[in-house]
Order: sequence, then structure tokens, then C-alpha cells
Amino acid sequence: MLAATTARIDAKKRAVLDSRKKQFAKATWEAETYDYRMNFYLTPPTGDIALEQFEEWAIARLKVLAELEACQFRNRSPAETEEYMRPVLEKYMRLSSNASKSSEIFTERKRDHYSHWTLRLAFSGTAELRQRFARLEAQLFRLRMQWDDAKERKEFIASLAMSWETVSEEEKLQWRAELKAATRVWDKEEEENYFKVQWENVPDLVERRMCLLKRGMAYVHIREQSGMVVNEFSRQLESALELAGRFLPRMDEDDRLSPILHHLSQQFVAPDSGYSESSSIGDITTPTAASIDGLSQHFPLCMQNLHRELRKNSHLKHFGRLQYTLFLKGIGLSLQEYKFKSEYLYNIRHSYGDVGGDANRRGKGYTPYSCQKLLTEAPPSSGQAHGCPYRTYGPDNLIALLQNVGVSDRQLLQGVREDVGKQRFHIACNRVFEHAHAAQIKKVKEESLWPASELDTILHPNTYFKRSFLLKNLGKVQAGDLGVDGPVQSSGGSERMET
Amino acid sequence: MPHALSPSPEQDAATNVEDSYMTDAPAAPAEETEPSEPADSQPLPTSNGLENMFDDDDDDDEFSSSAQPQPSSPPPYTGAPKPKFCTPDILHQFYTRLFPFRPLFQWLNHSPTPQLDFQNREFAFVLPGGAYIRYQSFPTADLFRKQCIQMTPERFEIGPQYSLNPRDRKQVRKASAFRPVMKELVFDIDMTDYDPIRTCCSGAQICNKCWSFITMAIKVVDAALREDFGFQHILWVYSGRRGAHAWISDKRAREMDDTKRRAVANYLVLQMSNDQGKRTGIKRPLHPHIDRSLKILNPYFNSTVLDTQDPFASTTGSEKLLALLPDKGLTTALQKKWDSTPSRSSNQKWSDIDTLAEAGSLSTLNGKQLVDAKQDIRLEYTYPRLDAEVSKKLNHLLKSPFVIHPGTGRVCVPIDTRTLEDFDPLSVPTVTELLREIDEWESGPGQRMGEEERAKVQDWQKTSLKTYVEYFRGYVAGLLKEEAKVVKRERDEDVRVEVGAESMEF
Repeated sequence: MLAATTARIDAKKRAVLDSRKKQFAKATWEAETYDYRMNFYLTPPTGDIALEQFEEWAIARLKVLAELEACQFRNRSPAETEEYMRPVLEKYMRLSSNASKSSEIFTERKRDHYSHWTLRLAFSGTAELRQRFARLEAQLFRLRMQWDDAKERKEFIASLAMSWETVSEEEKLQWRAELKAATRVWDKEEEENYFKVQWENVPDLVERRMCLLKRGMAYVHIREQSGMVVNEFSRQLESALELAGRFLPRMDEDDRLSPILHHLSQQFVAPDSGYSESSSIGDITTPTAASIDGLSQHFPLCMQNLHRELRKNSHLKHFGRLQYTLFLKGIGLSLQEYKFKSEYLYNIRHSYGDVGGDANRRGKGYTPYSCQKLLTEAPPSSGQAHGCPYRTYGPDNLIALLQNVGVSDRQLLQGVREDVGKQRFHIACNRVFEHAHAAQIKKVKEESLWPASELDTILHPNTYFKRSFLLKNLGKVQAGDLGVDGPVQSSGGSERMET
Repeated sequence: MPHALSPSPEQDAATNVEDSYMTDAPAAPAEETEPSEPADSQPLPTSNGLENMFDDDDDDDEFSSSAQPQPSSPPPYTGAPKPKFCTPDILHQFYTRLFPFRPLFQWLNHSPTPQLDFQNREFAFVLPGGAYIRYQSFPTADLFRKQCIQMTPERFEIGPQYSLNPRDRKQVRKASAFRPVMKELVFDIDMTDYDPIRTCCSGAQICNKCWSFITMAIKVVDAALREDFGFQHILWVYSGRRGAHAWISDKRAREMDDTKRRAVANYLVLQMSNDQGKRTGIKRPLHPHIDRSLKILNPYFNSTVLDTQDPFASTTGSEKLLALLPDKGLTTALQKKWDSTPSRSSNQKWSDIDTLAEAGSLSTLNGKQLVDAKQDIRLEYTYPRLDAEVSKKLNHLLKSPFVIHPGTGRVCVPIDTRTLEDFDPLSVPTVTELLREIDEWESGPGQRMGEEERAKVQDWQKTSLKTYVEYFRGYVAGLLKEEAKVVKRERDEDVRVEVGAESMEF
């Protein structure tokens, strides 16, 4: 385990050798050699890595797991999930096979190994986190197994100390007909290779009579092997997490690690998205106060809600104002365009960074709130309208609200209800987005106009806005009507925006 | 040794307290025993007489009037609320003299000295009058016996061993701390599941003709459990009226969780129609278990089904048969033939299928398909019909061996699988017969013995319960021997583990 000082770790368990003894000493715990792309993560890492790497690698893995979870919630078929996850994994957690002879292999696998164990630490705290983590890791493992080259997969499985043995040739000959009948070997091509294991290890195969039983031993066809490996992986992980959970309070509390770990476990509740300047559309067209109404069709529900509230009451309370202001800033609305009453001008200017000191991020102002922030902040009470409406509103009111802004598809509303029931608020929002832009998304996918990473889960209101705007104005951007080269005259631009 | 049930205290208690009863017992329920006496002196009742004897509704537990109507005697009194065989007196006698508490204790305890297997075991008592008392547990066999004698349950059921003493279940803070930990794997075969295919009886009635179905089922299930799963300690018990139970005491079986129990149960179940009731054939090639079962059952199909049961003779029966054949041309031709030549037996009709199929190009089925279809039909009429729900859960309560069935008065005796074919449910002794046999012995062979010798003979040995108790004892002895070996092996392993390994922690 990574601990603050080496002095506290038992001498035998340190991977770092005493420099004086180095010449003749041998590390008791072997440094890692990653022979295979796949990993059962049985031994914890023992080397040192920089703190930044620690966090960076963990966050990358978290992103992957969050995307995997999103696929689940949207009920994507296994084929779709696979297709979707490939680029995600390539981007965040590339793992090359042995055959590729890439020079990066060791680092990639080290990253995989270390990030898994980091997240294990972060997610062993509560039963719910453990369950989710175990489930997602098992899915990831299964996905990777499928992509693995057959030969390498075989080698990897052989390296695991599983409790099965291959059926010998004599036994195969003796029971040939029965083996084939029991395990349903149809094709001539399908290899006649079997392994045997205690039947208690394969209860589902026994239940379906898909294996041969002889005095308590189950004879299973080789094709079932990957399923069994995944099951075993799952089982081991679950019990290890359980154990980790019990040991967690006794761990030496470390000031460097525990805030990071805590931050990581928060991610699962509401995934993070780094806000970047690029979610403004200022480079395409300049929004003005007048154009906001038109642009509001591209707003996510939270902002639409605030917008209406503002229009209705000409007033927003503090948090709502803050949220909305920052959002508009993110879009690219300039400070001058604000129409709030002057008594709040100072606040607005503060948000924008016009005034205010160092804490204000040096003149740029506060960053617009991400979905995570909105979901974890204090919920609104009466008279307030901030936060995430998917969380704040009860299902019926939420449905009513959605219908008010023009969403009426029954299936969609049903899906939203389910998502909200499972407390996956950002998934609900994404679902609405996908439905509203279904045609455009399809086009973009078919014509490969956008890379896949531009279509991943939306985690920030500004991302929602920008993507919505771009999708709806695909034709215009392509045609060059909307200046990709530079901002167009505001008056001209706002007219053309009414699509 | 608190648990020891040595013969002498048992005998003494019996003689001291029950002396007066012994002579009275047969006399007291005089009216009730009267009708049954002629029955006992006759040869085994014919099926006709039995039809009236079991003239009641389906529920195995309900009390039925079991008085056999005699031509001269008045008609049996209907609507009798009180069961004849379950008066507290009779039950008291039974538990005091006949019930084999010691072997039962050892069977459930897996060792001669009491351990948690027995002490944390749940028993549920069904009292005369209908009260159902759960979560009873006992530290020793003797205390168990005492409570039975005192409460005289009509029957009792055996549940799992729990993580705590069932009587203490309310004393823990967390409800999840009280949970079932171990129980034998059990199976239940009930004749009512065979009603759709038996022609001789229905409902609660049975006869020797249809008992054959249970024999078939026992054979198939027993073979699967032994050959496929490797279980060795399997006890088959007559359920008292119309079925059988299996109790598997192998350690590996006892420790199975619900998932594994479900796996075994579903392995044995043969689904012939899907949820919508549509008939789905069995997948080919046949799994070796099904194949083996078919081989076991084929002779029975010919004898029990075609010959004895003759299910296809009637119009409805033959219609059912035709419904199971997948070819329209063939079934139409067969229907025509049977309409024109009525009263063909099932045997004849069965061979008609092949004849007509071969004869012309009536059937679109090729040779293999016809063979498969006929196999499916054979399995439909012979394959075991289990009540799978009983097997699936660890915490299921099942009636204990050797209790009395309230409806028939018969003792739920174990079935010796070595002489399976010879088992006759209708000759299983009833409790009143047994009590009478004790008397007969006392006045017969007992008289001829010396004082000491006579004292050594236990009551059950004086009756026809003897063979069954001896079989049970032998079975339990085998089980205990195995258990002792396992315990020793585990103990050795533990020692090795402690001495050898370092503790791994990180």
C-alpha cells in the first residue's frame, strides 16, 4: 500500500531497497512484471508513483467506468456498448496486446494496475459503492476479455490458478458421446476440449444441463471458460472489497491521499467535467441579451427553468442568479449585455471577474457550475429555482415541467422517470438531449462528422448548450454561414439563429 | 451422559406410568378400532375397498374418516372432526414406546454427542387441534423426546440449523444475524402431480398400480443423485399416504446455498411445455441424464403405463396422445382407424403409431423425428414429477420420518432402495396396528421369555416397525462413520494450516 513514510511499513513489504544493501539484497516483494494485458489485480502495487499520476490515472479510469455505467442505464445492447466503449477506452486507458510490441506496454499496464487499486481504496467505504465498483470492474474485465486475441487470452487464463483441470485424452475418449451431447457440441469445427471442475463452481451450467456430471465433477466445454473466469474475477473482487472496507478505518490517515480519495468517490455520485472555455459559442456567434430567448431552446432543463423564472418574475434569488449568470458567461454573453438591476451589478461583475480579488481566479471570474456541483449543492427551497430540476422536482412535477418546455414523447418521459427513480439525474438529462437531437446525432454518427469523444455523456450545462447549438446548426456551420472563421455581426447572427 | 437413551430408563418409564394404559389402550378407542380389526385380519384390501377408505379431498393434512364401511355395519360417520389415529392417547403411546428418537437425533446431529447441528435445529410441532408451533429446539435427544411425549404432536417437521439457537432468535440486535446455516437437501414426490396421467385413482387415493409411478421416480432421481452428483447418503421416506421424500445428508449437500439447491432441482426437472402452456420438445441430442432416465423408464412405460394404466384406451386419453404427436397426417389417420375399430388397448394404439407411419407417406416426419416424438411421450408419462419448490430453499420445513400420517395412521417409514420394487405402501403399519402388536407380543412370545430377556426387548422390536427402524439405524451408522472421517480430516488440515502459513495482511 502507498503510505506516507516507508518507516511505517514492515521491512519485508517495502519494494524500495536500502541503498546500502542494494548490491546484494533482493526485493522480497517482486517488482511488477505485467506479462499479460489482462489482470486479476490480485497483488497490490508496491512501487512509488508521483501524486499527480496517482490522481490522474484514477480519474481516467473513473471516466471509463462512468461511461460504462451510462451505457448500462441507457439499456444499450452489448454490441452497442462494445462499440461505444472502444474509443473511450482507447482515449483514456489504452491497453495494447503483447503482439503489438508497443514500447508503452509496461506503462499502460502499470497505469491499469495502479488505477484499479486506487479506486478500490476509494470505493470500499460503503456497501453501495463496493457493489457498483465490483459490477463495473467485472463488466470492464469481460469487455477486455472479448477483445483479447485468442492466443493471449488462453495464455492469460492458463496463468490463473483456477480450480479446474483439463480433461485428459483418455477420459475424453471414454466419454466422447456423452460429453458432446451434454455440452452441445454441434459443429465439426468446434474443438472437443473440455475441462472439469467441482460442480458447485458452475451451478448455472448445471441448472441448464449444459455440462456433463460425473460423481460431483462437472465436465464443461472450453467455450464456457471466459464466463467462468469473469465470474471468478467478480467473486474475488467482491470479497477483497469487503475485506478492504473493514480495514479502511484502521488505515493510517494520510493528508495527501484522503482528500483525493474522497473526491474520487464523489465522482460516482455526480461525474465531473472540467469546464473549459471552449463550451462558449463566442467564436461562432455572439449572443446578446436579445438573442437569449432564441438560444434558450438549446438550454438544458436547469437553465431553461431559471430563464423562465427570470422572465416570469423578473427576478432570481441568489443561487439561481449565480448559476444562471455563470452559465451565460460560459455561453459567451458579454458583461455589457446584462439586464439585471443595477443593485446586483456588483455581483455580476464579481462573477465575471471584473472586480474582486485573487480568489476570483485572476480576472476570469468564477467558472460556471458543472452538473456535479449543481447536484451536490444545497437544494432549492420555495422561491428558489437553482440546482438540477431532475433532482429537485418530484417525478410528476418534473414530467409537467418537461411537457411545458415541449417534451412530450411518452417513452422518453417514462425513461426519465426511471432514471430519476434510480437517482441518475445527469443520465435523465442526457436522455432528453439525445431525444431532442436524435436526427442530428444520427447524421453526425453516420457521416462521421464528429469524433466519438464529442458525443460522450454530457456533464456540464454549457456542454449541453454548445453541443445542442452546434447540432441544430450543423448545416450552417458546414456551409460557412455561421462564421467558423470569426464572430459574425451580432445583429445578422441573431436573426439567423431562429431555426 | 444426558443424551443417552439407554433401554432401561425408557422401559422403566413405560412400565411405571403406562402399565395401566397398556391394557386399556386397545380397549379405550373401542369403536374406532373395531372396524379396522376385520380389515387387518383380511388379506390386503383391494383397490375397491381403498377407494372408500381414502374418500376425502386432496389436502394430505386433512383428517379423513378412515373407517372402512362394512356391509353389515352402519355407514361410517361422515364429517368426523376428530381423527382416529391422532388422539393424544395413541400419540402418547407412540412417542413413548415406538418412536426412534435416538437414531433420529444422530441422523440430524451427525455425531453421537450433541452439537450445533442438532441444538440449533428448528423443529415445528403440529399439535392435535391444529396449533403450529415453530422455532423449537433442543439441546439433547432426551429433552426432545420429553417434549414430544408431553405435547403429543400429530406430526413434527424438521427445519434447518440456524446460526443461533432458534429459541434465542429475538435476542439479537440485527435481524440478519439469525439465518439458516445448514440443512439436508430434500426432494418431494407427490402422487397428485401425476393425476393427469393416472387412470386408477385420483386425489388422495393410491393403490399398488399407481404407486409404480413413485417407484419409477425414486429410481431416476436416486440414480441422478448418486451417479451425477456423487451423493451417497440418501434416505427415501414414505410420506404416509401418497408420495415419498428424499433426504440427502452428505456434508457437501448440507452446506449448499439456495442457488445450488435450485440448480440441482432444475437439473432434475424436465420442462415439457413453456410458460404459455405450449408444448416444447426436449432438446436433442439428449443430455446423458435424460438418456439414462429414458433407459430406466422404458420397461416401466410398457408395463405400468401401457399395460396397467392403459391411459389411451378412453377417447379423452387417445385424444391426449394424438395431441402429443406433431404430424397432422399421421394423427388424422390414427384417429380414423381408432374411430372405426373402437376398444383398442393402449398397447395396440401405441404400436399403431409405428405401423401407420411406416405404411404410407402419411407422415411428414422422418424416422428420427418419429422416434424422438415417441420418446417425448414416454417421458411425459413416466418422468418424475417433483415439487421443486421444496428443494430450493434452505429454510424449508419438511415432515420428519417416522411420524404418523394423520389421515391414514401409517408411519412414515424409510424405504429400503435395495428392495424398492417390493415396497407396498398399503402394507405399511398403522399406529394402532403397532400398538396391538405390542400386546400380542406380550401375551405371546413375551410370555415364553425369561424376565431379564424380556426386559431387554424394546417395544419397537416387538412390532413390524422393527425392519424399518433397523434399516434406519444402519443408514445412520454409515452416515456417522463417514462424518467422523470428515471431521478428522478437517482437523488435520486446520492444524497444518496454522503451523505452516504466515498470515497475509496488507
